[in-house]
Parts: sequence; structure tokens; C-alpha cells
Amino acid sequence: MYLLDIQEGIWVKVKGFSGGRGMQEKLTQRGLYPGDCVRVLRIAPLGGPLLVEVNGREIALGRGVAQKILVEQGTCG
Amino acid sequence: MRIALVGQPNCGKSTLFNQVAGYKAETGNFTGTTVTFMESKVRVGGEVLELVDLPGTYSLSGSNPAEREAWRYIRENPIDLIINVLDASHLSLGLELTLELITLKKPVILALNMVDEAARLGMHIDGEGLQEKFGVPVLPLVASKGRGVRNLFLTALRVGKSPKSAIPILEEDVSDARARHALANEIAAKYVRQGERQFTWRDRLDDILLHPLWGYAALGLILFAFFEGVYGVGALIEPPLMAFFEKMTLALAAYFGEGTLWSQLVTGTLQGVSAGVAIVLPYLVPFLLGLGLLEDVGYLSRVAFLMDAFMHKIGLHGKAIVPFILGYGCNVPAVMSTRVLDEPHEHFAAAALATLVPCAARLSVVFGLVAFYLGPGMAMGLYLFNLFIIAITGKILTSMIPEDTPGLILEIPPYRTPTLQAVMQKAWFRIREFVVEAWPLLIAGSALLAAAEYYHAARFFNWLARPITWALGLPSQTGVPLIFGILRKELSLVMLGQALGSMNFASVLTPTQMLTFTVFVMFYVPCLATLAVLRRELGTREMLIITALTVVVALVTALMVRGAALLFFV
Repeated sequence: MYLLDIQEGIWVKVKGFSGGRGMQEKLTQRGLYPGDCVRVLRIAPLGGPLLVEVNGREIALGRGVAQKILVEQGTCG
Repeated sequence: MRIALVGQPNCGKSTLFNQVAGYKAETGNFTGTTVTFMESKVRVGGEVLELVDLPGTYSLSGSNPAEREAWRYIRENPIDLIINVLDASHLSLGLELTLELITLKKPVILALNMVDEAARLGMHIDGEGLQEKFGVPVLPLVASKGRGVRNLFLTALRVGKSPKSAIPILEEDVSDARARHALANEIAAKYVRQGERQFTWRDRLDDILLHPLWGYAALGLILFAFFEGVYGVGALIEPPLMAFFEKMTLALAAYFGEGTLWSQLVTGTLQGVSAGVAIVLPYLVPFLLGLGLLEDVGYLSRVAFLMDAFMHKIGLHGKAIVPFILGYGCNVPAVMSTRVLDEPHEHFAAAALATLVPCAARLSVVFGLVAFYLGPGMAMGLYLFNLFIIAITGKILTSMIPEDTPGLILEIPPYRTPTLQAVMQKAWFRIREFVVEAWPLLIAGSALLAAAEYYHAARFFNWLARPITWALGLPSQTGVPLIFGILRKELSLVMLGQALGSMNFASVLTPTQMLTFTVFVMFYVPCLATLAVLRRELGTREMLIITALTVVVALVTALMVRGAALLFFV
């Protein structure tokens, strides 16, 4: 399951990234690592980005990025 | 003694630097505004410290230009002390960089910035605990208000005298990024106690400003108010300024004798000076102050969020929106701001498209010719047409560049109350770039124009531009304003009047010709100053490609408009 498939407000755990190295580096630098709990706060309309909460911060992720973030449900509060 | 300021983007590092260094570094609430580093000398307790503000970096092992620059500097320069600035309200992320810095075995001071924000979020940070954990001084700071700054530098001075007291210690292994992430989270969990959080209007603001419907309505309103305000201020200041320069020009012309080469050159140079003043003071200053305000409040990142979907349609992503907004003021800072884009192809595409945005100078042609003679509705239509052409050009351009855009990954900072000082400093920094890069070219261009006038070179230039003016169905005299418009776009209209022998354009140009001329001016070669900045930011080859591109776009669109207009106006 990918982050793009998750509805707003549900906490999920990041399992890994299926994107390239560049994308992984950018995500981890902004503090998003496999194992982190994230929650989608908002989804912009018309193919816009997702606003995601991770460790108390908000990060905007384009859909292309969100569809490469593997997540699982149920293991985060 | 040499001190390096190291910290992540948006942690308030540059704000701290500005507090002590004066008008030197650029700060912002939009990540990555400092790409090159700034140095300054600071006087503390009777001693002079050398302070270096390094670009904000998430880590030292990163691969983007800002990160490489920071790492190279730390490695290659003798640094006595590192002040690691952290955003106290997001301690765990900041600590990841701290853990990396610790491996350098250099003296470090941790400055926990924005402790007021952290308190508002209900966080209690155990500074003494952190101090013991790392074995280095840990100090609270509110850089935007100047609180804790003096104490920080006094501590720095003390550490400089006995560096051993601040060499960090750590038992854990922090050799890879994932281990650092885990440890940073662990440390943050141990030393930050989460208490009751105060909810304020700031937490609710995004419910409106990022709303799928109201968010865009608010964006439209805010941008409308912004441009309305800027042009309102400009319209107030410009006429008296221009009247003053007019008087001076006349006086100088009389002094040197009407029609001599000297009088031409002197008045030409003065016109260059006045053009700079007339752009900078009335338009660029309010524009950059307003933009700085939006940036520091945190709204610009929200604009990037809202506009991401649209920007994807033209092959870019949300972060590239800033150059576009800036472009409506002046293309020079717009091209400079494309630096925030990480990928070289994004950088190129955004810069190329930003030059197609009609700046304040080109606005004068749209207003003076189209809005005045053909109605404001037509001028509005031209602006929408311009946006549409930029979108299509972007689509074509980015489809030609082989690329792998990872998409938008951008921190959305909390809303912050901007400080007047930071906003002014940022505006000043950008105005200085304009003054240094663009103004001399404006002045030189003006003098050149005056010399060409003196030697009656008009016929030659009209002949040179004839293929274009012929294709567009324009009188051959429009060659001079078009060619010299590259030097000074805001003079295009005045030069057009001089070339055609009348400022009443309705008597010398057909509506179709007015439209065709304006559309061509809107898109072709931005201006000499913008070209200079393009060359510096991207390189000579890229500058030439963009120049050729703008000419092609201008020709195609002007021909399209000419064809369409002929159907309506004859």
C-alpha cells in the first residue's frame, strides 16, 4: 500500500521508498525515514500535493512522491 | 577567532547572523534562500570574531549545491568553533545534523532557537540534560527578537579561549543516517517533555488558506491585494520622481548646449540613472517588501502547495512559483530566485519561463498602448494570454529536456510573525543585487542609445529589424524601439513615440499593430540586465538558448495575435 492510497487523518507507518536515490535522500533529509509514523493532513485538489505530518512537522509531498512511499496501516496509533 | 553558523534550512540561522552582522545575509521562511555563504566580523566583549553563515543543510552528506558548499567550507577552512542553530520546536530533526557535526570533533555550541515557539507548542526542553548528554554548552535563543544573542556570543568567546570545554562526546554509533535518525528521536523524546499545547488562530488558519476551494479564493485575494498595493504605492511615488529627473535633464541639456554629443551622452546617462530609480523605488521596493512579508509569515510555501498541481501542468513543481510571482515585478530577482530549485533542468526551465513573465517595465507598454487605446479588458486578456503561452512553452520545454522530476518535497513551516528587520534586510539584499547587476547595464544602455541617436543610426537599426517588423506588419520605424527595448524595456513606449513622430498612437498605428507590437514586446528578449543574470546563473550557452527561445515565442505569438486581430479589426 502506498501513501497516496491513504485517506486523510489516518496514522500509517512508513515501510520504505520505491523511488530513486535522489528522492530518498530528500525525504530522509526532511526527517522522513522508514519506521516513522505519518498522517495525511490534507490533499490538494486536481492532482495537487499531500500535506503530511511527521514527527510534529508538516511536509508537502507531490503525488509522484507519495505514490512511491510504501506504508502499512494499523501499527501506528 | 572564526565561528561557523551551521543549521538546517529555516532554523533561524540567517536571522541570527543578521542580528549581529547587519545588512549582510538573506533570510527567509522559504527553505534554501541562502545558497552561498556570508561572512562578517562581529564585535563581542571588546574582541572581534569572524562569523560565517553557511547555507542551511539538512545533513552534511547531502548532494544538493547548498549542502556540498557547507560541507566543503567546514572541511577546507580553519574553524575554531561551530554554533549549531536548531529549531527548538522541531528538535528531533535538527539533532540529526547535530549528531553529524559531533563526529567532526570540533568545539560546538548548540543554540536552541525559537524557544518561544516551542513553549507555545507546550514543549519543555531540558537544556541542562542536553548539555550533559553532549558535553557542550546548550543555550536558548529567540533570534528574531534578539533574545539570548549576546549570551550566545559571550559563551562563544569563552569557549574560544578554552576550546576543550566544548568538544562534544558521544558513546553511540552515528555513522549512518538511519542510526542518527533513531538516536535523534530517542534524545528528543528523553529531553523534551510534551505538555499542554495552546491552540491559537495560527493552527486553524490552514483550514481556510489550504482549503480546496477557499484556499484558492484566498490566494487570488491575497495576490490581488498584493499587486494592487504595490502598484498603488508605485503610482504615488513615480510621477514626482519622474518630474524631478525631467527637470534635471532639461537643465543639463541646456548647460551642455542642445544637440551636442556631450549633452546627448549626459542626458542619456541621467535617463539610465533615473530609469533605475523609477523602477527600484516605486515598484521594486514595495514589491520586495511585500514578498518578504508573505515569505516570512510562511505563506509562500503554502502558495507552492496550492500551485503545485498547476505547475506540474507546465512541467515544473510548486517550488517554482516564487520566480513567477517575482517576475511580475522584475525579471532580474526572478531569475536569481530560481536558485532554490535543486535539479539543473528545473533551474533552467524555471529561469526560461520566468523571463516570459511581463515585468513592471513591460507592463508600461501593455498599459500605455493596449489598455489606453483598446480598453482595460483587452490588457487583462493579454495577461491571461501570456499565462497561457507560458504554460504551453513550459510544457514543450520540459518535454524536450530528459528528466526525472522527483516532485514536490517541501517543508510547510508554521505561521510566524515576521520581524520588520528581517523583511527589510531581505528586500535590501535583493535590491542590492538589482542595483549591482542591472543598474549599471541600464545606464550604459541609455548612454549607448543616446550616442546612436546622435549619429542618426536609426535607419541602420530599422533595416536590421526589418525582417521582423515586416513579418509582423509593423511600420519599419518600430525597429529602433524594438532593438533598443532590449536595453530599456520601460522606454519602449517613449521610443516608439519618438520613432513614429507622435505620442498619439491611435493616429499612427492600427489596433492590430498595437496588439502585435505589445505581444512581441511582452515575450522577446527580456532585457540586458536579465540576460546578464541569466548568464551568471546558468552560463553563456543557456543564456543564448533562452534568448533564442524568447524570440521564437515572441514571433509565433505575435503572428498568431496579428492573424486573430485582423479578423476582428481589419
